[in-house]
Amino acid sequence: MVSFSAVAKRYPGGKEALKDVSFALQSGELAFLTGRTGAGKSTLLKLIPAIERPSAGSVIVNGQNVGALKRSAIPYLRRNLGLVFQGQKLLYDRSAFDNVMLPLAFSGHGPREAARRVRAALDKVGLLERERSNPIQLSGGEQQRLAIARAVVNRPALLVADEPTANLDAESAARILDIFVAFNQVGVTVLIATHDQGLVERYGKRELRLDQGRIALDQRRGA
Amino acid sequence: MRAWLRQHRQALGAALRRLSRPAGLASALVIGIALSLPAGGYALLESLRGVAGRLTLEPEISLFLAPEAKRAEVEALGARLKADRRLTAVRFVPRDQALRELAAEPGLAEVIAALGRNPLPDAFIVSGKENRTVEALAADLGKLPGVAHVQSDTLWARRLASLAAIGELGLWLLATLLGGALIAVTFNTIRLQILTQRDEIEVSKLIGATDAFIRRPFYYFGLLQGLAGGLVALCIVGAALALLNREVRALAESYGSGFNLSFLAVGEAGAAVLFAGLLGWLGAQLSVSRHLKQIEPR
Repeated sequence: MVSFSAVAKRYPGGKEALKDVSFALQSGELAFLTGRTGAGKSTLLKLIPAIERPSAGSVIVNGQNVGALKRSAIPYLRRNLGLVFQGQKLLYDRSAFDNVMLPLAFSGHGPREAARRVRAALDKVGLLERERSNPIQLSGGEQQRLAIARAVVNRPALLVADEPTANLDAESAARILDIFVAFNQVGVTVLIATHDQGLVERYGKRELRLDQGRIALDQRRGA
Repeated sequence: MRAWLRQHRQALGAALRRLSRPAGLASALVIGIALSLPAGGYALLESLRGVAGRLTLEPEISLFLAPEAKRAEVEALGARLKADRRLTAVRFVPRDQALRELAAEPGLAEVIAALGRNPLPDAFIVSGKENRTVEALAADLGKLPGVAHVQSDTLWARRLASLAAIGELGLWLLATLLGGALIAVTFNTIRLQILTQRDEIEVSKLIGATDAFIRRPFYYFGLLQGLAGGLVALCIVGAALALLNREVRALAESYGSGFNLSFLAVGEAGAAVLFAGLLGWLGAQLSVSRHLKQIEPR
């Protein structure tokens, strides 16, 4: 599903965020990407939807070499990915329902089918009764769940989340993680970046640990 | 195909909603006021040209024959003039017809009735090919047998033609300048829209919107704003002409004329609105290609 081989990323100005990163994520797998702040987790995740391009090595997603993808092909790559990024990037000028509707505007579904999918996605994250609310009226955990609903409304095969439990209390964080695990159980490949080592140990899945831009640990735990 | 049409409908709807906000309406009004200047100027010039059209702008030479000229002499002269290659048109005006035409001029009927007999000679009215050589030509034609007097209206015709040309050039300059202003206004409104929708654009790119999808509402907006501006301009010109016409008609009536200022022809009005729409679209195109590139998800 996702495969990195000898990937390096240097930002303009010389900062080396990733060095010789190689790993593969099988279809249907759930993995945690861990490491301290600044270890390169966000950079690694941004290479998957081609928000950033690798300086060296290759990033293969769904059989496509993302680093070599033409600009015009990037939107079609992203439509098959579910992205939950830091800061959520929700739109505060419209309802929760319309936020989740956004990816369906260009997916070619009819209005009725689109509305049905939006409600299904909101239902999965437990926000169905809040569909009319503005995101600003939602709690931090609810906003994060709304962002997840938007990421999964297109039923992507791969879900990528950057610190989805940051700034959340333990209970909200656990709820978010449960949602990801539920998606994984129905076959969605999931990659979650987190600096919360406790969570990783509790869920007992694969852990990829980054340290100063290198993979320092790649470990599968028995759940 | 249906999805594509739906996307266009949505983009059009979004553009219409933005245009119906106070800021959108104000920009359309500004564009309309700017465009009403060349459009109104054009309507005025065309109305005046209508008057001038009756006074032909081609150099005309009138050859007045001696009052005692015989019919055969007149016909011989006519044949000779028609054979002359320097002339483009030869028209014979018999003295009776000239009298009738003169009598039709307001205020002259009584004068002519008082004269009792026709004081006018037969005449040929000929047009020369070129403006510049017309005076030499007139002198030449004056020497023909049977011609008593030659008159060429070149100076008057030339002045009128150059005034019309100046007016037209002025209008083109004005239209070009204000067309540029239309593009600039659209460029700026769309720049502001892009700034206020920065988050939406960024999110849309993140979740897989194509550039075409993101640009579409802005293109529609530019087009619609231009069209709306064009319509506003037509309304302003129509209202201004209606107002002016009340006075113009009174003035023309005092000269015994039915002259009034006419509105643009339907085709011209439609072309003006479409052109305004096109310029709006162009402004949108320039603005979008310049400002959208700066918004990428990070």
